[in-house]
Amino acid sequence: MRITQGAFSFLPDLTDKQIQAQVQYCLDKGWAVNFEYTDDPHPRNVYWEMWGMPMFDLKDAKGAMMELAECRKQHGDVYIRLSAFDSSHGWESVRLSFIVNRPAHEHGFKLARSEKSGRRIGYTTTSYATREPEGQRYK
Amino acid sequence: MTAAEPSIKSVRLRDEIEGSGINEVLEQLDRELIGLKPVKTRIREIASLLLVERVRQKLGLTGEVPTLHMSFTGNPGTGKTTVAMRMADILHRLGFVRRGQLISVTRDDLVGQYIGHTAPKTKEVLKRAMGGVLFIDEAYYLYRPENERDYGQEAIEILLQVMENQREDLVVILAGYAGRMETFFTSNPGFRSRIAHHIDFPDYGEDELAEIAQLMLQQQNYSFSPEAAKAFERYIALRRQQPLFSNARSIRNALDRARLRQANRLVADLDRALTAKDIMTLEPADILASRVFTQGTPDHGP
Repeated sequence: MRITQGAFSFLPDLTDKQIQAQVQYCLDKGWAVNFEYTDDPHPRNVYWEMWGMPMFDLKDAKGAMMELAECRKQHGDVYIRLSAFDSSHGWESVRLSFIVNRPAHEHGFKLARSEKSGRRIGYTTTSYATREPEGQRYK
Repeated sequence: MTAAEPSIKSVRLRDEIEGSGINEVLEQLDRELIGLKPVKTRIREIASLLLVERVRQKLGLTGEVPTLHMSFTGNPGTGKTTVAMRMADILHRLGFVRRGQLISVTRDDLVGQYIGHTAPKTKEVLKRAMGGVLFIDEAYYLYRPENERDYGQEAIEILLQVMENQREDLVVILAGYAGRMETFFTSNPGFRSRIAHHIDFPDYGEDELAEIAQLMLQQQNYSFSPEAAKAFERYIALRRQQPLFSNARSIRNALDRARLRQANRLVADLDRALTAKDIMTLEPADILASRVFTQGTPDHGP
């Protein structure tokens, strides 16, 4: 099951050229780009590992693409996302974020329904990937 | 750029020049930089070469990105950094670099202090320089033959790789004193073969230095009184004979000190009614007080 998080996730995966164009857009706006990776695809997972520091002083997207290539070399089998941080006063938050790398096979989610009193139902989603311990989920 | 099907049949060079606006940069170079005749000629030649190269790409005659890495050799204060800045502008206007920023670094920015520190440091700098020009000042410090475990070698290898494989992404300019750069190139033949243009910066003559001084003062809204101009010419003649003379940089420092003395002279007489002219003018006394005249040594260092 293809996970859909962040911008562009209902489109086919962006090519490197398209990613580079997006990065350049972010840089032209003065946002700092950085990469994060994780092997826990749950939508509520906010603990993505940072790949290096946010790139605050880039002029050209090629620099970020070099960093992405490095990140893919080490973490090409898990999810990598790009986020662009706007540090200007009043924003001070992420302005754009999208997935730039996914595992070859995405395991999908298990939906558990728990029946509660008064015919209420509680729903819990668990990624099948997370049955394995961290680091062994997309081998 | 790839050698695609040419979409146009002919181009007029005049349109190309006017479209790119490089003439403005070249004229600015002529206006703001005094002397340096051979450098300006070389830059015009390179600009013409790039212009023709661009037309060739448009007509589909070549798909190769030309090698644009350069080396600037010359004594201190001969305008290497200033010219590099203009070069970045020219390359940007002709479309050979995408952004045209100039990242100026020295050995300290590239080479780390312990094992595994150099590569990330060099890559960090390269990342910032992408799409622009990387200016490595005093490049010969990268290579230290006396220490075989020096980390400079690692930085050199990364640089060479990027200079070869990412020619469309950045242009590297190496700068330094002529003699030491020569030794550097001899011991690193990889660099020499990857550098297309060697430009040598000559020292300034005395009259050129005087002109530079005038230009610097004019930019700061100061001027010499006629006698002060004479005194400064004498100052230049003496200063040039002394050690650690670094051309335009020494002139700038000398002017800064003259301004300091002028300010002191003005403050000494608090009750005098000053006109704008008084404040703008440097008098001979401001220059003749320099130690260059009395002891034959510069006031503070170079």
